[in-house]
Amino acid sequence: MDDSIAPAHAPRSTDIDPKAEKRAEQQIAILFGLSGLGSLLLIYSYVFVTKDVFIFIPVMGNQNAQQLGIGIGMAMSLFFLGMAAIHWAKTLMSDVEVVNHRHEFRSSDEDRDAFVKTVKTGAAAAGLGRRKLIKRSLGAAIGLFALPPVLLLRDLGPLPKKQLETTNWKAGTRLLTDPGNRPILASDLEVGAVVQVLPAVEHEDERPLSDIAKDPVLLIRLREQDFALTPEKLAMTHDGIIAFSKICSHMGCAVALYEQQTKHLLCPCHQSTFDVPRGAKVIFGPAARPLPQLDITVDAEGYLIARAAFSEPVGPSFWERNSQ
Amino acid sequence: MTPVEKTIGNVANFVDERLGAAGWVKKSLNKVFPDHWSFMLGEVCMYSFVILLLSGTFLTFWFDPSQRDVIYNGVYEPLKGLKMSAAYASTLDISFEVRGGLLMRQIHHWAANIFMAAIVAHLLRVFFTGAFRKPREFNWILGILLLTLGLVEGLFGYSLPDDLLSGTGLRITSAIIQALPVVGTYISFFLFGGAFPGTGFIPRIFTLHILIIPGIFLAVITIHVMLVWYQKHTQFPGVGRTEKNVVGHPILPVYMAKAGGFFFVVFGVIAFLSAVASINPIWLYGPYTPGQISAGSQPDWYMGWLDGLVRMAPPLETHAFGHTISWNILIPALIVPGILFTGMALYPFIESWITGDKREHHLLDRPRNVPNRTALGVMSITFVMVCLINGGNDILATNFHLSINQIMWFSRIGVFVLPPLAFVITKRLCLSLQRADRDLLLHGSETGRLLRLPHGEFVEVHEPISTEKAFLLQSHEQPIALEISEVDSRGVRRPGALKNKVQRRLSKAHAVSVPKVSEQELKEIEHH
Repeated sequence: MDDSIAPAHAPRSTDIDPKAEKRAEQQIAILFGLSGLGSLLLIYSYVFVTKDVFIFIPVMGNQNAQQLGIGIGMAMSLFFLGMAAIHWAKTLMSDVEVVNHRHEFRSSDEDRDAFVKTVKTGAAAAGLGRRKLIKRSLGAAIGLFALPPVLLLRDLGPLPKKQLETTNWKAGTRLLTDPGNRPILASDLEVGAVVQVLPAVEHEDERPLSDIAKDPVLLIRLREQDFALTPEKLAMTHDGIIAFSKICSHMGCAVALYEQQTKHLLCPCHQSTFDVPRGAKVIFGPAARPLPQLDITVDAEGYLIARAAFSEPVGPSFWERNSQ
Repeated sequence: MTPVEKTIGNVANFVDERLGAAGWVKKSLNKVFPDHWSFMLGEVCMYSFVILLLSGTFLTFWFDPSQRDVIYNGVYEPLKGLKMSAAYASTLDISFEVRGGLLMRQIHHWAANIFMAAIVAHLLRVFFTGAFRKPREFNWILGILLLTLGLVEGLFGYSLPDDLLSGTGLRITSAIIQALPVVGTYISFFLFGGAFPGTGFIPRIFTLHILIIPGIFLAVITIHVMLVWYQKHTQFPGVGRTEKNVVGHPILPVYMAKAGGFFFVVFGVIAFLSAVASINPIWLYGPYTPGQISAGSQPDWYMGWLDGLVRMAPPLETHAFGHTISWNILIPALIVPGILFTGMALYPFIESWITGDKREHHLLDRPRNVPNRTALGVMSITFVMVCLINGGNDILATNFHLSINQIMWFSRIGVFVLPPLAFVITKRLCLSLQRADRDLLLHGSETGRLLRLPHGEFVEVHEPISTEKAFLLQSHEQPIALEISEVDSRGVRRPGALKNKVQRRLSKAHAVSVPKVSEQELKEIEHH
């Protein structure tokens, strides 16, 4: 290919026609003017429009006039400033292309040799290759040096202990409505009803979020004949009421969607679907385990209580989880 | 000399006498930038990053990055009296009580989405035109790093307001961390400052989001742009453009005016979007509590494909020796993306290994002329699109009255079937386009004028194409398959038989092309 071929250049109307040039100049001035108008609109909206004014704009509905004015003003002042500069560059500044030459990036052989020599001389002067003792102790020191920064991060959080394995449900814990923190009679639930409950604890109004991340339980009442459960699991229900952890066994989202017709529980995060009559068996989606079932019964006053704690950890899996 | 010129002269003299700057400034101002619309995509990335810095700084003046409980007592009636984190309450205040605050929040969020979209578009441009080839492999890797950082930065950013939607995102994040074998539980407890949601995560990701990651961004973007500057921009082939030159507009004044103007245009468009189009209306979601969730929980678009992968994963877990490994989380959330991003970062070296091409390249490829690479790119896009569709399966199911299970099964099968299909179709399309180029060069372009010959036959008149176009159509190189024999010159079997076989097969597939019009053929046409 020939380097001397000049790129084709066709003159623009502004290059040859003084009228077109004048016109372009005016257009650029108008664009700058519009930008200025935008700034003024922004200032006006900020200072003089109060927050409670709403204006109706077709398609968009009711809009807060102050936010809209500031936004449109800002958009105008920026956009037209940019357009003016670009229009200026495209119509009035030179559009003749220029040629630069490239050079290979590889250094010359002399430079490369000199570089190798410098490094070798430096290394020899330090004598790291010869001085085995220094080399080894340096290695050990650097190795140890890497530990403190990691160790210093240790106090970022407490050790997990058994926090992931346990909840606040114990034998005899009352089921309280969430919200409301009221105890529930078995007869409060109609067939087909779903209620979210939390365990009775000492300070019910000040539950830490980390408790709410593992304690929620869903109560669902079915007809007794709807259940298809093993005898042990059936014994964990009470009068047609079955209780599952609301925390998804996949990634811990709240399994909040209950379909009354199909008796399916659906997690809105990744669509794992659990079949309630069959003990929240996974029938679709990525979850690998059924929702843990809570063993429930009633106390002397007829209020629903847990007969035992969860027999397995609730929520997503983790390395230490013993599923045996 | 006018007084203005005199003042400028004095300032320039003052600086130059101390820094000797005139030399390199002169050289830099003569720098040439080739022009093509697709070169603006990288600029959009850089400009939206600047917009993110500006709008983000504004937001930090009012945002309170704390998970401390407060009772909301602001102007937004529906949430009055509710217990929430200070982070959420201060985000409500920015939205409702700071003038222009909601606008800034929306500018920040729109700019983040546009930033990520521009990164992806820029990456595709670089990939399909082969701009990543030697000597630009470093810059390609830096680009992949920026993309990855962008994903993390975006996730942290939309998690900060601590609303119900973003809290759900963090719940999923914590489950992914927790799924790591051996160390997962500990890392999760340390990051969150206790059992999820802990009390430490919001202030910690705030530091990362506004200081550490933007700092890394700033450094990497600077190197990225300086390398473009130093190595000079690539250019599309054309008359007068060679591997040894760069043809374009000088930085002063044309390029500077256009690029500077373009920054304001990008900012203006984002400001307009933010003025009229609501994004992330956190006041509708309510404060985060792990016991609740809103239907249709969706991450931002650039995380959507990952969520889609997680959704389509099969329910696999291993329970053994008292431990649990969640393949249903590890594979879609960590292993597959890990392989994809590593493969993407290494691609320049893989391609150069396949083609055996170790030369510098400054002229860009037309995608059709490298069918294998183009097909691989479309295959990857198809993969991500299937995942993205599945990431929105609940929204699609609701809006188009489809069954969520059917969409999921479509994705589960499609994610394996559609990408290879896309590869085959794209490769064939590329070869067809090459054939069309060849036809155009040999027979000229169709004019639409029909001619009836004396003996009654109808023919269409073809016109020869312009010399510029003809040059473009035949300027590319045709790949040649590597010849790797199984034995060396002495007839001894070479080591690495399998490696050689793979390289030979790949190289052959890469070299498939329609023969270019030869000099001989061109001469023959001229004689007609």
